[in-house]
Amino acid sequence: MLDWWLPPNVSTFGQEIDWLFHLIYYITGVTFVLVFVTMLAFVIIYRDRPGRTARYTHGSTPLEIAWTVVPALILVILTMLSVPAWSRINMHVPPADFDVNVTAKQFNWQVNYPGSDTVFLDEMHVPVNKVIRVHLRSQDVIHSFFVPQFRMKQDAVPGRELVRWFEVMKPGKYEWPCAELCGFGHSGMRGWIYVHTPAEYAKWAAENLRAGAKPAAAPPEAEPKKEEKPKK
Amino acid sequence: MSASSATAHAHVEHAGHHELGFVRTYVFSTDHKMIARQFLFLGLFMMIIGGLLALIVRWQLAWPETAVPGLGAILKETGGILEPSTYNMAFTMHATIMIFFVIMPILAGSFGNFCIPLMIGARDMAFPFLNMLSFWVTASAGVIMLSGFFVEGGHAAAGWTSYAPLSAVPSYTGVNWGQNIWCISLFIMGIGSMMGSINYITTIINMRAPGMRLFRMPLVVWSLFITAILLLLALPVLTSAVAMLLFDRTLGTSWFRPSGGGEPLLWQHLFWYFGHPEVYILILPAMGIASEILPVFSRKPIFGYHAMAFSMISIAFLSWVVYGHHMFVSGMNPALGMAFTVTTMIIAVPSAIKTFNWLGTLWGGRIQFTVPMLNALAFVSMFVIGGLSGIFMASTPVDIYIQDTYFIVAHIHYVVFGGSIFGAFAAIYYWFPKMFGRMMNTTLGHLHFWPTFVFFNCTFFPMHIIGVGGQMRRIYNPMQYEFLQHQQHWNVFITVSALCLGLGQIPFVVNFFWSLFAGLKAPMNPWNANTLEWTAPSPPPHLNWGPTLPTVYRGPYEYSSPESKEDWLPQTAPPVAAAGARRH
Repeated sequence: MLDWWLPPNVSTFGQEIDWLFHLIYYITGVTFVLVFVTMLAFVIIYRDRPGRTARYTHGSTPLEIAWTVVPALILVILTMLSVPAWSRINMHVPPADFDVNVTAKQFNWQVNYPGSDTVFLDEMHVPVNKVIRVHLRSQDVIHSFFVPQFRMKQDAVPGRELVRWFEVMKPGKYEWPCAELCGFGHSGMRGWIYVHTPAEYAKWAAENLRAGAKPAAAPPEAEPKKEEKPKK
Repeated sequence: MSASSATAHAHVEHAGHHELGFVRTYVFSTDHKMIARQFLFLGLFMMIIGGLLALIVRWQLAWPETAVPGLGAILKETGGILEPSTYNMAFTMHATIMIFFVIMPILAGSFGNFCIPLMIGARDMAFPFLNMLSFWVTASAGVIMLSGFFVEGGHAAAGWTSYAPLSAVPSYTGVNWGQNIWCISLFIMGIGSMMGSINYITTIINMRAPGMRLFRMPLVVWSLFITAILLLLALPVLTSAVAMLLFDRTLGTSWFRPSGGGEPLLWQHLFWYFGHPEVYILILPAMGIASEILPVFSRKPIFGYHAMAFSMISIAFLSWVVYGHHMFVSGMNPALGMAFTVTTMIIAVPSAIKTFNWLGTLWGGRIQFTVPMLNALAFVSMFVIGGLSGIFMASTPVDIYIQDTYFIVAHIHYVVFGGSIFGAFAAIYYWFPKMFGRMMNTTLGHLHFWPTFVFFNCTFFPMHIIGVGGQMRRIYNPMQYEFLQHQQHWNVFITVSALCLGLGQIPFVVNFFWSLFAGLKAPMNPWNANTLEWTAPSPPPHLNWGPTLPTVYRGPYEYSSPESKEDWLPQTAPPVAAAGARRH
């Protein structure tokens, strides 16, 4: 199956989203071609030529019923496929292995782990193949937690805590932009999510998440942690 | 009916007694046709500003942080390079101007005013003075909106959706009076649009010519009727919301600020409760215009007249219960998301019905490729793309990914540019002879249409691709993100196309003004069309018809009817058998 410009997906529910995306892509693609070919054909065949008379007709009830019922059926099927997937992704958080607090502000992501006071700026470290539960907040305006390769997006709303989750299948470093206009520094507000193998993660946690520990020096595979400062 | 025609008759005589001065004829006119022209000029003028803002935005996206040609004189400090805050202002005002001061004035304001009385056989609107007031209130709102560019801190920069609390607290954007002016202007605009919509509804209900039953009305009148109802019910919600926002900003209330106990999502609920019917306010008149033009130049009746009217009515009802699809990832309860998925999928059905009926209208026709027809065909095909890309958003899981990306930007432009603006161009080319009494130039019309159609697609289609690639909307510089850098060549391609699209509008401007003064004199009925406006002189005089109003005997789309020797049969032609008996 072609990717159709989608960045490669690495999360579990991302597969469901991509499957639906492709399904809709093919349905709309076929509809588009059918409508366009029909329209082009009509425009060419029925163009004004000497001696042509137009057909005098006001419509056809069977046709009206057909082109009401067929699109309706396709849309009912799409609804029946979309709603359960939505429910699995956004309404039922599976038993979480791991909790992370994310508080957005102009123009950074602040990440904090339960049991540790350390606040990481614009970076999050998580293990692979675990259900990560994100507690998402904002301290000023609305931001949006967007990780393209996870197919995950959730607005962070000031005054609310929203709980969402993800599970990544492949270790790596993933870009984490803000997707909701949040002020003059909106563009460039982004962090990185580091997905580690269990061994690497244990090493990172031991160095960085001991209760009361100061933020350690940068772990070898990560960028140096930024001090809290306004956008460059 | 006889009573009303007697008053109308008295009106005609009364009007003949004294000539109106320049000011009452051209400035503070109560004539619906003059008000229609005023709305058209307002919309076209604002379109130039909105279009230039779009090109500024595009320049920044293709060649980030390089000087925009021509802006050096205005942005002296940076030498013409956009700063992030200026960039945010540019896209905010592009959308605000295009939606509220271009498409609404042209489609609802101008063609609503022009078509409704002329096509239902009325001498003017029900409340001519209110009609005049509606234009001048809207125009004042436009002036106030433009004044925001000159205040300290710049104009509003929180997006045309102005999500709170970004828009509610000045320090979050650094914009102070700009956002206040944005609120005040839209508040006034809302009042102007309410005056207009009350007028349209009353006129259509009460002032139809003898024989003009509801289901003999042209579909464009149906579309404007439904649009007016949506305007009447939707705009007050926006008007209240911007007032609340203004109070939050200036009086210290906390409707939308969580620090004072307010709720940021309330703004989104209010805004989109207005905002989704608004989308149909922008597209329904264009649908009506296409339904008017396709039969005329296919020389056959519209396919499924009743299906067309009822699909618009069902769109009007459904448009109130789909707004939540703008908020799937907003933090709104996900269970509500499910409900809105269902309604959003349902509203696609009437749009599909309309598309198939337009195709049915073409089927077996005798299609004449006039300039209005080309624009109407472009409307249908572009609306199909805009409609189909909407299905991606209706599916909640897919929307999680494409929300706030360029896929949405592509979708909205296929609907409001590919749909509404092509509809507006079709309407201008079609009704120009009636509105101004002169024909537009066909060669220049083709020179305008083809580049517009080609470069429109080159500009907006690739936005689907970069959107699927993940490019967020409203970002200042895509090159700041590693995952977007590989598709930057598309941004350059889009910007070059957009610049060509802008240049492609020059033939239109030339054609419009040249034809206004030097075009060929238009005959009464240049397109051999059936509807009532073509039975009035071009341009129609004050009060539209002579002493007697037209009487309507049939529906508006009797083309190539066996009843007539010609391929058209005006609504006013008496039936052959009863001609002698009915004439009086």
